[in-house]
Formats: sequence, C-alpha cells, structure tokens
Amino acid sequence: MLRLRFLVPLVGFLALAGIFLVALNQPEGKREALPSPLINKAAPDFRLTQLHDPNQQIGPADLRGKVWLLNVWASWCVSCRQEHPVLMELSRTGAVPIYGLNYKDKREDGVNWLAQFGNPYVTSAFDNDGRVGIDFGVYGVPETFVIDRQGVIRYKHIGPVTAEALQGKILPMVKELEKS
Amino acid sequence: MKSFFLIMMLVLAPLAVTAGEAQPMVEDPVLEKRVMALSAELRCLVCQNQSLADSHAELAADLRREVRDLMKEGKSDAEVVDYLVARYGDFVRYRPPVKSTTALLWFGPLILAVTGAVALFVSLARRRKRIADAALTDEQRKRAAALLNGGVNEEAGETKA
Repeated sequence: MLRLRFLVPLVGFLALAGIFLVALNQPEGKREALPSPLINKAAPDFRLTQLHDPNQQIGPADLRGKVWLLNVWASWCVSCRQEHPVLMELSRTGAVPIYGLNYKDKREDGVNWLAQFGNPYVTSAFDNDGRVGIDFGVYGVPETFVIDRQGVIRYKHIGPVTAEALQGKILPMVKELEKS
Repeated sequence: MKSFFLIMMLVLAPLAVTAGEAQPMVEDPVLEKRVMALSAELRCLVCQNQSLADSHAELAADLRREVRDLMKEGKSDAEVVDYLVARYGDFVRYRPPVKSTTALLWFGPLILAVTGAVALFVSLARRRKRIADAALTDEQRKRAAALLNGGVNEEAGETKA
C-alpha cells in the first residue's frame, strides 16, 4: 500500500498528458472556437441594404417563421473561398435558405466576388462598417449562424463550413428546428 | 556659422515630417484616455494575447470605435464592458468575473496551494514522529558514545591513525 504512493506523480503526469493529447487533437474549428453568449438568444435585429440593391433592405424581421442560415462573408476573406463550394452545393439542394452578411467589404468587390464564384445566397445584407458583425459577436470570418423560426440563434459555426460540419451538425439541427 | 545652420537644419528637418504612425483623430483627449484605459482591460478577439489597446487588428480598431461611441453617449465603463460581454462573452475581459464557470480559474491556485501546504505539514509531522519513535537500544547508545569520545576505539575499527 505504501509503495503505491510513489506512483502518484506518475499517475498525475499521465492524466495531464492525456488531457493535453485530447485537447491538441481537437478538430481545428473546435479548438479555436469561443463559446458565443448569443446561443439561444434572439438574433440581434438589424436593417441593412442588400448587397445587390442599395434601395432594398433586409433584416431578421423579414425572415420570421422560417429556419435560415446567416453566413458572414467577405471578398477579402480567404477561408470564405474554401467554404464556398460547400455553400453552393447546399443552396442547390435547397435544404435551408442561406442569407449572407457581407462584412466590411466594398459593395463592388462583394458583387464581383459572387459573380466570379457563384452566389449561394438568397440575398446578402451589406454591413459596410461591421457594426452588425459586432452585434453578432463576429471575430473571424467566415461564421455561420443557424436561426430558428422565432428568430433565435441556435448554433454558431466559426470558420469555414465543411461538408462534415454541415452533415453532422448544421443540417440535423435545421431539420430538428423545422419540426417545431 | 554656416555649418551651425546646416546642422540645425538637419536636426530640425525631421520635425517637419511628423506623419509617421497613423494616429486616430483625437478630438477629445480625456475621452481618448478613458477609451485606451478601458481597452487595456479588454482582449482583442483576433490576436488573443493582445489587449484591444495594443492591437492593430481591424476588429480591435472597430471595437475601440464602438467603445468610444458608447462613452460619448455617456455610458459608464461597466456598461461598455457589459455591451462587449453580451456579444463576445467573458472571454473579452482580462479579469473574468467570479461565477460558477470561472470558479476553478479563481480558486484553483488557492486550492492547490492549500493542498500542498497541508500535504507538507502532514508529511513533516509524520517524519518528526518517526524520528522521535526511533529510540536507541543500550548497545547502540554505547557505540555512539564511544564514537563521540575520540573514535580511537576497537569498536570503531577503521579509524586512521
């Protein structure tokens, strides 16, 4: 019994090493993600002009009653290009409407970017000075929010949306929310 | 005299070009001081080991602008912090509040220190007891006395001359 005491430091070391091993092998998105305080809170209200038409506005109030994705993107954002094919595919299936928040961009650049790579969005809101982004707690583009029928944020994905994140988390959640 | 003017010109010339670093337009130095003081207490979300005051990231500049605007509206420091915490969580604060999720962070070191101190005292007390309990037999006592009395004793054996 007394002898076992000498194993205490070893056990402690192994436990720590185990924790570090698990933490280091977390998928990248998860490792860097900060928990958002906005989950299960009403999406911040905004009224912005649409990217393609400065005379038309868009805001969460218009989308009450449906489950939708808000994808924060910008033409200067490299990772947005990475997730772009995934969003294009999603919009083709029509599983859930994707609305864009064009964050801190030039209108012309945003329009050109969509013309060049394709436009997966029903429409994009034009957040030129990034204030709406701040209201949504955006700190790294791209970010994607799942918003339910009542306008409540249910999930936030930080970083590029991958096919795995879409199939594993976002789409099941959308399906669940559409039932209610 | 000529060279004096030349030197003065060279010395003073740089003062004419003070463009240098892009300084934000400061209309109200008192407000700006408050903004920077509070920003030093807030974490930049992009470069997480820098404060909002230190960071050159674009988001940090935007958040400083937000802090400045809120202060202009007459919000207190606490209200400004609440505004940011509502959006980014407690992570923006360099001094997290004491609550259930941060309890380990606040009290963990204290718990570790107390545990260590208790362990130290217990083990010292045990050792003292072991020493006190280890009474010598008469034989050992005699031998010890002999050793202390000069060491040239047959029992000591190997003492050098």
